[in-house]
Amino acid sequence: MSELEIQASATGHGAGRPQTAPRGRFGRLRVSVVELLAVLVTLLLLTAAIAPRLLAPGDPLAIDPLAAFGAPSWAHWFGTDESGRDIYTRVVDGARDSLLIGLTATLIGLGLGAVLGTIAGTLGAAVDFTVNRFLEVLFAFPGLLLALLFILIFGPGPGSAIVAVGLSTAPGYARIIRAQLLRVRSSGFVEAATVQGLGRTRILARHILPNTLAPLLVLGTLGVGQAIVWAAALSYLGLGAQPPAAEWGAMLSAGRTYITSAWWMSFFPGLFIVLTAVCATALGRAIERRMRHA
Amino acid sequence: MLWAVATVTFFAVRLIPGDPAEAILGGPGSQTSPEALAAVRAEYGLDQPLLVQYLQQVGRLATGDLGRSYALNMDVGPLVISQLGGTLLLAVLSLTLAWVIALVLATWSTGRGRLAARIGSGLEIVSAALPHFWLATSLIVVFSVWWGVLPPISTADARGLVLPVVTLAIPLAGFLGQVMRESLNTALESPFVLSARARGETDRGVLWRHALRHAALPAIGLSGWAFGSLISGAVVVETIFARPGLGRTLLNAVTVRDVPVVVGVVMVVALAYILMTIVTDLASSLADPRPTEHANGAFS
Repeated sequence: MSELEIQASATGHGAGRPQTAPRGRFGRLRVSVVELLAVLVTLLLLTAAIAPRLLAPGDPLAIDPLAAFGAPSWAHWFGTDESGRDIYTRVVDGARDSLLIGLTATLIGLGLGAVLGTIAGTLGAAVDFTVNRFLEVLFAFPGLLLALLFILIFGPGPGSAIVAVGLSTAPGYARIIRAQLLRVRSSGFVEAATVQGLGRTRILARHILPNTLAPLLVLGTLGVGQAIVWAAALSYLGLGAQPPAAEWGAMLSAGRTYITSAWWMSFFPGLFIVLTAVCATALGRAIERRMRHA
Repeated sequence: MLWAVATVTFFAVRLIPGDPAEAILGGPGSQTSPEALAAVRAEYGLDQPLLVQYLQQVGRLATGDLGRSYALNMDVGPLVISQLGGTLLLAVLSLTLAWVIALVLATWSTGRGRLAARIGSGLEIVSAALPHFWLATSLIVVFSVWWGVLPPISTADARGLVLPVVTLAIPLAGFLGQVMRESLNTALESPFVLSARARGETDRGVLWRHALRHAALPAIGLSGWAFGSLISGAVVVETIFARPGLGRTLLNAVTVRDVPVVVGVVMVVALAYILMTIVTDLASSLADPRPTEHANGAFS
């Protein structure tokens, strides 16, 4: 089990309990307050990632020694760090790195997971058995341990942290995708296609794969939050992005030294990691709900 | 299973660029003579062919010998055992606390209307998303820096354990609570609850005597995973609270590329994980005796 599988099962994947979703006029699904908030925050984060100067006009690296360790105030909303750099500006600037890391790692994990899951689900029982045993072995390295093992191989650094997080989430994706593939394969419409005499490849490409890959959107959205948290944890441990960079995990790590005197240095970057993770979860669930009732 | 883990780690570790003998003598930057390198290679068996090294390692692991640390100049076995206790204590306490929180939250928020359910599930989602490193820092700021009631670094007495245990327990409680609420709701809608009510059972009785046993099942099944995630969380938490344990040993070993220690810790964690999965299976069959009764053909 991975965190992702738990989140996926908690959203009702496989539980199959019929739910009555609140519907507005025209029979469309009503947008809940939480969903609206999640979309708004996501838009803000995306704006920060694409055009940081729009939200924070200052320079994230500009130092001002006289203003060092300033508590949150009107001039510096989130306070200043040990060199007098504005933390609000740095948090806004860090959105790009953190989101990029999360997205890249998720794509790596999802891609590899999709390949492994599809191989296991389509190439017969022997291959399925082998891939499954391999995945089981990888599951014996829980959570960050697998990522740490990859860091040991690649050496620390931002690039290897992304790859390590991506690779260590792949087994979870592979297992969900395989299960989904098997479920779709044994469903009625595939049977109907087989009875109609369609070819194996055609059934796979036209009927099985599209229905297997659709849930990937949900998994991916849920996964981005997790990937950001893990990558930040690696940075925090000093194995990912390094402190001068305005990446959230690295900022938290830098603030650790001054925790007794300047709590804001670690509080705000961390708050945005949490915010992003919660948003990703809420968005993933919203998409899932829409797909189920579409 | 353990053999497979050993094989994967052995070959993964061979992918590391650079000469292990150089790493033992202080990393690539150090001035090493060819004689010293050769001596180290012979001492650690690195001059043998890969297959021989592999067989030797598997043979040693089978006899419980985890090899010798590159950096600490001591055997990995005793090192890991000396660190194991602290981490296990941390994991067991956190798992217990997480269960208590999840149970209280799930039972409180079911059957109390939509608002309570919303609050419950909101709390669960947020706490499940809390990263250990940020939660730990925030707890330190509030309880150690502002209020000064608990020590910011983990001391030997019970007070020093509170913050690390709470840090590990809260996100886990979020995960367990989500799963528990889902299955509690399913259980409360099933026919056996209706029949219990028809016999005159109270709301409280239905919840505690009938529904909860069903609701606990998926969460028990998750506890093996939970234990694993606690060990991985221990890496972060032990580092922040400067607490001796497996997690911190592992992080230090990864940082200085002390391969035998990393492999040793990973093997022990994998072993603990497998044992925990077995325990979980036993616990599920205790909470849900149906399959065994069925196998015996005795329905009661």
